[in-house]
Amino acid sequence: MNPVGVVTQVNGREIARSVPARMTLVEFLRDELGLTGTKVSCELQVCGVCTVLVDRKPVSSCAFLAVDIDGREVTTIEGVASDGKLHPIQQAFIDHFALQCGFCTPGFVMMAVALLEEVPQPTPEQVVSYLEGNICRCTGYRSILEAVLDAADRLERASP
Amino acid sequence: MRGSILGAAVKRAEDPRFVRGEGRYIDDMRVEGAVWMACVRSPLAHGRITSIDIDEASRAPGVIGVYTGTDFGAYRMPIPAVGAHESTARPIIASDVVRFAGELVAVVVAESREAASDAASLVWPEFDSLPVVVDPRRAAGQDAPLLFPEAGSNVVVSGGDESEDDPVSGAEVVIGLELENQRVAAIPLEPNNALAIPDDAGNLELWVGTQSVHLARNRIFKTLGLDRDRLRVRVPDMGGGFGAKISPYPEQILCAAIALELGRPVRWQEDRIENLAAMSHGRAQFHKVRLGATAEGRITGLDWNVIADGGAYPLEGAVLAGYTRRMAAGPYDIPAIRFRWRGVVTNTAPTDAYRGAGRPEATMTLERLMDLLAVELDLDPVEIRQRNFITEFPMTTAVGERYDSGAYSDALDLARDLVGYDELRTEQKRRREGNDRFQIGIGVSSYVEVTAPDGRKEWGAVEVTPDEVVVYSGASSHGQGHETTFTQLVADVLGVERDRIRFVQGDTASIAHGGGTMGSRSMQLAGSAVVGAGESVIEKARRIAAHVSEAAVEDIVMLDNGTIGVAGVPDSGRSLFQLAEIAADPANLPDGEEPGLGADHTWVQEAATIPFGTHISVVELDTETGDVRLIRHAACDDCGVIFNRMIVDGQVHGGVAQGAGQALLERVVYDDAGNLQNANLTTYLMPTATNLPLIQIDHTVTPTDQNVLGAKGIGEAGTIGSGPAVVNAVHDAMAPFGVRHLDMPLTSARVWAAIS
Repeated sequence: MNPVGVVTQVNGREIARSVPARMTLVEFLRDELGLTGTKVSCELQVCGVCTVLVDRKPVSSCAFLAVDIDGREVTTIEGVASDGKLHPIQQAFIDHFALQCGFCTPGFVMMAVALLEEVPQPTPEQVVSYLEGNICRCTGYRSILEAVLDAADRLERASP
Repeated sequence: MRGSILGAAVKRAEDPRFVRGEGRYIDDMRVEGAVWMACVRSPLAHGRITSIDIDEASRAPGVIGVYTGTDFGAYRMPIPAVGAHESTARPIIASDVVRFAGELVAVVVAESREAASDAASLVWPEFDSLPVVVDPRRAAGQDAPLLFPEAGSNVVVSGGDESEDDPVSGAEVVIGLELENQRVAAIPLEPNNALAIPDDAGNLELWVGTQSVHLARNRIFKTLGLDRDRLRVRVPDMGGGFGAKISPYPEQILCAAIALELGRPVRWQEDRIENLAAMSHGRAQFHKVRLGATAEGRITGLDWNVIADGGAYPLEGAVLAGYTRRMAAGPYDIPAIRFRWRGVVTNTAPTDAYRGAGRPEATMTLERLMDLLAVELDLDPVEIRQRNFITEFPMTTAVGERYDSGAYSDALDLARDLVGYDELRTEQKRRREGNDRFQIGIGVSSYVEVTAPDGRKEWGAVEVTPDEVVVYSGASSHGQGHETTFTQLVADVLGVERDRIRFVQGDTASIAHGGGTMGSRSMQLAGSAVVGAGESVIEKARRIAAHVSEAAVEDIVMLDNGTIGVAGVPDSGRSLFQLAEIAADPANLPDGEEPGLGADHTWVQEAATIPFGTHISVVELDTETGDVRLIRHAACDDCGVIFNRMIVDGQVHGGVAQGAGQALLERVVYDDAGNLQNANLTTYLMPTATNLPLIQIDHTVTPTDQNVLGAKGIGEAGTIGSGPAVVNAVHDAMAPFGVRHLDMPLTSARVWAAIS
């Protein structure tokens, strides 16, 4: 297993590493970089728990090879808040009680970030459709839907 | 005293760390020098191990050791199913016979997770296959292959009423039903895991994802024959449990045993495929029941037989039908009940608690019967329930369960208003008459729940230091938000701001006793315990304040400004933190008073509490495809006094999702050879955001007499109430097609086959 060189940006930080070809992106983030905010659950790209952004698009990091981020930028849950201040999506998740055990939450937040960058004012149907690939076993999803819709409003009010 | 924050929707203290990705779960912990364990599992459902070739695996890069039943097979776990034959005790690794596909036959320990996992694929077990039995109804029969020949039967436990008198005899109307409450998987999003850290003195710190560190510690030290005091069990943040993480698992015990043998930290993280194969499943009961009633629809008797599928080893799943029995009367006045159950072993994964644990099974069957009775007598489902509700409390049912308090009709009326029942019936009539492609069905489910059914004792402590208040609880939150609600309770008792309170749980070294979190017990038992401890702290603070101000204890009160001092003398007040500083020095204390300002409290509750409610579901059926869509769901639950409505409603929402999931989607499938057919999340279907509709929630509030808070449990109510409402709604939609009963899950394929 020959190591492969990877040069990437993770949460705005330049990273150059040599990684085994078979290493997944989530292993790279958690084990190489110590970014344990991204969790693993289904290991089959169906539950959305491990979602991160690669070039601002959501991917399942359990089914994405670390070598494939060479020359691209990665954003994880640790890179969502800025200057210690929660992102409006994170704050809306708290305000709407859109989490219980918290294990799926990073994946949902990352997916919501991607959604609102693509569709700043989504309809409830669009939110549901976009989040279909994320599984939560605790909340029953309604509070997550409400949080994302509220976050869209907060972001719109905040933008000039 | 300041205004109480109890009952308010206080935001959770836990959540900022979770939304930042700073929750700390076991797999997030980094431990220097830790080695990894990977599992080799039986591909066969039943077989005798003839050999296990470990040579190639042992020589693989990074491998430290390969262990089999030869090393650890003699360690057997205590049998939780009381009465089962001793030969049914589960070994922590198979040494002779494997009894389900997924049972451990070897583990590999290596320097990295990858190395352990690679080497695990180089272990070669050989088996002589044995005959397999998957269906517990067949397993209970005379000619079935036996899993434990020494036990003499696959029926390893049984119980219930022995009466020969038929409770249904003489009834004017008899409704019969056979129903499968199918096997489902809990799927906490964080699978099982363990991290065992030994020290040089032979002590072990074991981190496991568990709902009860004390139960885990007790089963593990007994299994391995360790000195109890050398084993410290801890749990950090945990990604869900739902009952499947109450009992410790063989893999976790092996981590502990191997860490002690190697003198190095050992860790294990289950993957999802292993999780579906080896984590205990839930439900898995077959019911055969007859209900007798008068021509006016008054129930006269109930005869109920249950075969419970315990899976390969009798854990709790084999005996949970005992809880089903305790719920057999539901909210109804039923004069005669005969309930008999058998717990049967089969060549499938063991079953154990899953949200509701024996109790949703009772409600599902009873609520199907109520609807079938309504159809038989041409009565509205609401009317048939109203005619049979228990109205006087406290009372004891025919199966001996004490019901503390209730107002069942009120909850039903509220649910009915919430969902707009009459309008929905009008709309249904319109669509039926118009022969619409999309028909609607409306399903009603009234339920009670037996919460804190057993183990009604819990410990809590409150300690005030000059800087902070620390609350210790024997419950174990893993999504339930105790860090929020329990600090709310203590803040209210002590008159202290919540941000000065720290919450400690899930550690056998700092929590003296604990039952953990399960059975909807935490608020009523552990909440009562921390309140009791807080009240003792206030009493002690008053004694100390009296001593230092040279006043009588009776004259010391909590003043309007939240301090403790002499009544009517505002300047005499001292904060609890000042009193803690005073209490630290024995010289300041009255004779006989221990230094420090803390107290513990053990709360013992005499009986279970009985929350109740009514759920009403609305589905839309596409008569051309069989597709069923849940379009509305109203839940009116009464869990007594509510302390944080946001958290209570969250429990209901999640519970409804799991009840609806079982009703419409979920099922663990084995083929006849015992091969698991859907061991991943592409084939084991569970609800996503698209499956769940608007859920309307409201509550009635009927306090219990059983604890100081007036609180009953709410953790499982959503699951218990929702499933039957959804199932009844689908049957209501299918009514014009003459479908009497279909078993869950009510997939479009099943519905289509029934209506076409």
